[in-house]
Amino acid sequence: MNDYLKFLGREAALGRLSRREFMGRAAAVGLTAPLAASLLSSSVKAAGPQRGGHLKCGLEGGASTDVLDPAKFTSQFCFMVGRNYGDTLIETHPTTGEALPSLAESWEASPDAKVWTFKIRKGVQFHNGKEMTIDDVLATLNRHSDEQSQSGALGIMKTVSSIKADGGSLVVSLEDGNADLPLLLSDYHLVIQPGGGVDEPNAGIGTGPYKVASFEPGVRATFERNTNDWRDDRGFAESVEMLVINDATARTAALSSNQVHFINRVDPKTVDLLKRAPHVKIQNTSGRGHYVFIMHCDKEPFANNDLRLALKYAMDRETLVEKILRGFGKVGNDFPINETYALFPEDIEQRGYDPDKAAFHFKKSGHDGSVLLRTSEVAFPGAVDAAVLYQESCKKAGIEIEIKREPGDGYWSNVWNAQPFCTSYWGGRPTQDQMYTTAYYSKADWNDTKFFRPDFDKLLIEARAELDQAKRKDMYREMAIMVRDEGGLILPMFNDFINATTNKVDGYVHDIGNDMSNGYAATRLWLTS
Amino acid sequence: MVQESGPAGTGRAPQGSLAAGLSGPSPANDSGAPSGRGGGLAALRRRMPLATLLAQRLGLSLLLLWAVSVVVFLGIEALPGDFAQTYLGQSATPQAVANIRAELGLDQPALSRYLEWLGGVAQGDFGKSWASGNSVTEQIGLRLGNTLFLAFWAALVSVPLAVGLGMLAVHFRDRWPDRLINVVSLGAISLPEFFVGYILILFVAVQGGWVTFPSTVYAGMSFGQRLEAIILPCATLVLVVLAHMMRMTRAAIISVMSSPYIETAELKGLDTLRIIARHAAPNAVAPIITVVALNLAYLVVGVVVVEVVFVYPGMGQYMVDAVTVRDMPVVQACGLIFASVYILLNMTADILGILTNPRLRHPR
Repeated sequence: MNDYLKFLGREAALGRLSRREFMGRAAAVGLTAPLAASLLSSSVKAAGPQRGGHLKCGLEGGASTDVLDPAKFTSQFCFMVGRNYGDTLIETHPTTGEALPSLAESWEASPDAKVWTFKIRKGVQFHNGKEMTIDDVLATLNRHSDEQSQSGALGIMKTVSSIKADGGSLVVSLEDGNADLPLLLSDYHLVIQPGGGVDEPNAGIGTGPYKVASFEPGVRATFERNTNDWRDDRGFAESVEMLVINDATARTAALSSNQVHFINRVDPKTVDLLKRAPHVKIQNTSGRGHYVFIMHCDKEPFANNDLRLALKYAMDRETLVEKILRGFGKVGNDFPINETYALFPEDIEQRGYDPDKAAFHFKKSGHDGSVLLRTSEVAFPGAVDAAVLYQESCKKAGIEIEIKREPGDGYWSNVWNAQPFCTSYWGGRPTQDQMYTTAYYSKADWNDTKFFRPDFDKLLIEARAELDQAKRKDMYREMAIMVRDEGGLILPMFNDFINATTNKVDGYVHDIGNDMSNGYAATRLWLTS
Repeated sequence: MVQESGPAGTGRAPQGSLAAGLSGPSPANDSGAPSGRGGGLAALRRRMPLATLLAQRLGLSLLLLWAVSVVVFLGIEALPGDFAQTYLGQSATPQAVANIRAELGLDQPALSRYLEWLGGVAQGDFGKSWASGNSVTEQIGLRLGNTLFLAFWAALVSVPLAVGLGMLAVHFRDRWPDRLINVVSLGAISLPEFFVGYILILFVAVQGGWVTFPSTVYAGMSFGQRLEAIILPCATLVLVVLAHMMRMTRAAIISVMSSPYIETAELKGLDTLRIIARHAAPNAVAPIITVVALNLAYLVVGVVVVEVVFVYPGMGQYMVDAVTVRDMPVVQACGLIFASVYILLNMTADILGILTNPRLRHPR
C-alpha cells in the first residue's frame, strides 16, 4: 500500500493525476483526508521544481533613469533584470562562493596567474536566434574595458592588458597575476551580449532564461520564458513580472495581499510584524555588505593609532546588531571580510566592547576634547540612530562624540571619502582581493580610510598571484590583522539581505554572493500549485 | 545607486500665494496692463474685454514660464553635486566623472549651458534624458497621460461631491448632517495623505482584498483594468481635496444666503434646496471656481506622495527621480509642464469667474 501511495503522490506531483483524483484514490486505500493532503504536499516538494505560471516580484531600487545596458546597471532592479535576460562567463556557488562554469565551460591559468584561457561553451543561442560565438564574448569584454564606456565593471577590466581569441578559447592576459580572475568575470555588469552590445547596448538580448518582453524604466519589466534556454535547471515560470515598488510599506502590503510572490529589502523594523502573516516566509541570507564608521588615518586627530583603537574599543557591536539590524546581521571585527569569503581567516580574536581599554588608549593618545562624527540617513538605513548609540557607548569610556547630521543630497561626494570621520556603507565584493584592492590599497580611488601602508600593498599584490591556497590564506590573515589593528575602519556589523516570499513559491536559494539570491531569485523560484 | 524614497517632503496644501498673484477674479486690477496709456488699447479693452484679457494673460504666461525655467535651472545648479557626481554616487571615480561631464558638456559655463537648452526648447526640442538617453518628450508623454488620467477621475468624483456636500451642508446648516460632513472631510484633510493611503491599503487591499494593489498601470492595459487599478489612489485624492472645496462652497453660499434677494425668494415660499441651487449658487460660483481650479492643479502637480505609496507611474515620481540625479532636461521639462498646468487652470478660473458674473462681463 505504501508504494502505491508513493506512486500516486509522484503522479500527482508530475501533474498526471489531479488533486481530487489523488485524494479519491488515497481514500479508497483507507487514508484519512488530512494525512493524504500532507502526503501530497511532501511529494510535490520532493518532486522538485515545477514549470509554468506567472511569477511576480515587487522590488525596491528601480528609477526612471534605469536602462537595459548592463554597463550602466546601478540599481537593484537592473541587477535582477540583467540576471534574467543574460549570462556571465562565470557564476559563483551559492554557499561556498567558488567559481562555477556558465558561458565559459572550463578554464586554466598559467603558473604565475597572468594568462588565463577560458573555453567558451558551444551551441548556445541568443534570444534573437543567433549563435553565441567567441567574437561576441570578445566584443563584450572589450566594450567594458573601454574608458569611455562608463561601465560599472571598468575597475575590474582595467587590470586586463589584452583579450584574444584562440580557436574556441578566450585568452585573457593580465598586467599582474590574479588568482581570482574567474570570480571577477562573474560581475553582473559583464553580461555577454550579441556583438558585445556595441551597436545596441539597450537591446536587452542575451542568453538568459527569460526574454525581455517589455521594459518601462522605473515602473515595470516583463519577461517571457526562453524556450531555447541552454540550461534546464532554471527559469521555471512561464512569464515573470517585476514591479518597481520603492515604498517599503507598499512593498510589504503587496506581498501580504498576495499581489506579488517575492519582495526585496524588507525593513528590519517591520520584519516581526510581517512574520505573523501565515503565508509569508522571510528569506534572510548572510551577506558581505557592511555598515562602517570610517576614520582617515592621515588626518588629525585620527592619525594617532591610539585614538583609532580607543574609538574601536568604544563600539558596542552587539547592541548595534540588535538595535539597528534587529538581529538580521552579524558583528564585525574591524576588517571588511567575513566567513562568506573564501579563505576567511577564522582564528582572529573578536573585538568586543571594552570601555576600559577604550579609555586607556584615549588617554594614551593625548587627544583633548570631543570627536566630530558626520552621518546621514543615506549612509545606511539607521545610520543616524547608530551614531547616537555609538555616542552613548563612547560616553561610558569617557570619550565625547559630537554628531553632525549631513544632508543626504551630495553625501557621497561631499562627506564620504572627503571628511575625516563619517558613517558609510560597503557592498561586498566577490573576493577578498577585490575588497582590499577597492578600499585599502594605497592607490585606490576609494581608499576611504586613507590607509597608506607599503607593506600591506606588497602583501596584497603577492597574495593576488598566489595559486597555493594555504599560503594565500596566511597572507590574507596578516592583512586582516593590519587593517583591524592599525586601519581607520570601525566595522560594527555585517547586514543580512532580508527578502520575503509567499507560500505560493518555492525554491529560494540562499546565495551569499549578493542580495536577492545573487539576483537569480526570479530564475530560481518556481510556483507551487 | 539606491534611492531612499519616503512619503516625506512635499507640501500638500495647494499653494495659494502663486495663484493670488495670477488670479483674483476682478479684472479691474489687471497687473502689468498699461491701461492708462494708449487710447487704442483702452478702446480695444472696452470693446473686447475678454479677448484682451486672454491675450494679456497668455503673454504674461510665457514670461512666467521663462522665469520658471530660470528658477529651476538655478535651483539645480545650487544643489550639491552635479549630474556626473550624483549619477555615479558612491562609485564615482575622477575619470568616470570627467568622462560624463565631457560627454554632456557639463564642463561649460552655466550660462552657455542654459542658453543651449533654451535654444532647443524654443525649437520644440526638450532634448534627451542624461541618465537614460531616451527622448524626454516621449517619456513625459506616457507619464503625463497617467497623471492626467488619475487627476481627471479624481476631479470627476471630488468636484461634484464637494459642491453637492457643500450645498447639503448649507441646507442642514448647524444641524447634524452639516456637522458630520464637516468633521469627516476635515478629518480626512488633517491626516497626511500617505497615512490615508496606507489605511485604505490595509483595510481595502490587504484585509479585504477587494481591489487591485499596487496601482501600477502600463501599456496594454484595457480601460476597465486601468480604472480598477486607480480606485485606491483616486479615493485617497478625493478625500484629500474634498474638504477645501466643500468648505469654500459652504462659506460662499452662506454669504450669499444673507442677501435680501434670497429673503425675497424665501418669502415667495420656495423650498430651501431650490433657493440654494437656483438662486444662491450661481452668485457664489466665482470663489468656488477659484478653489476648484487650485485643487485641480494640485491633483496634477502635487500628488507625488500618493504616486509613491500606490506605485502609480505618474509625473511626480518621474520628476523626483530626475531631481535625485540632477537630470536637468527632465527636471526642466517637468517643471515647465507643472507651471503650465498651474497657469492654465488659474486663467481658466479667472475667465469662468468673469463669464459667470454679468457685472464683470460688462465693465463700465
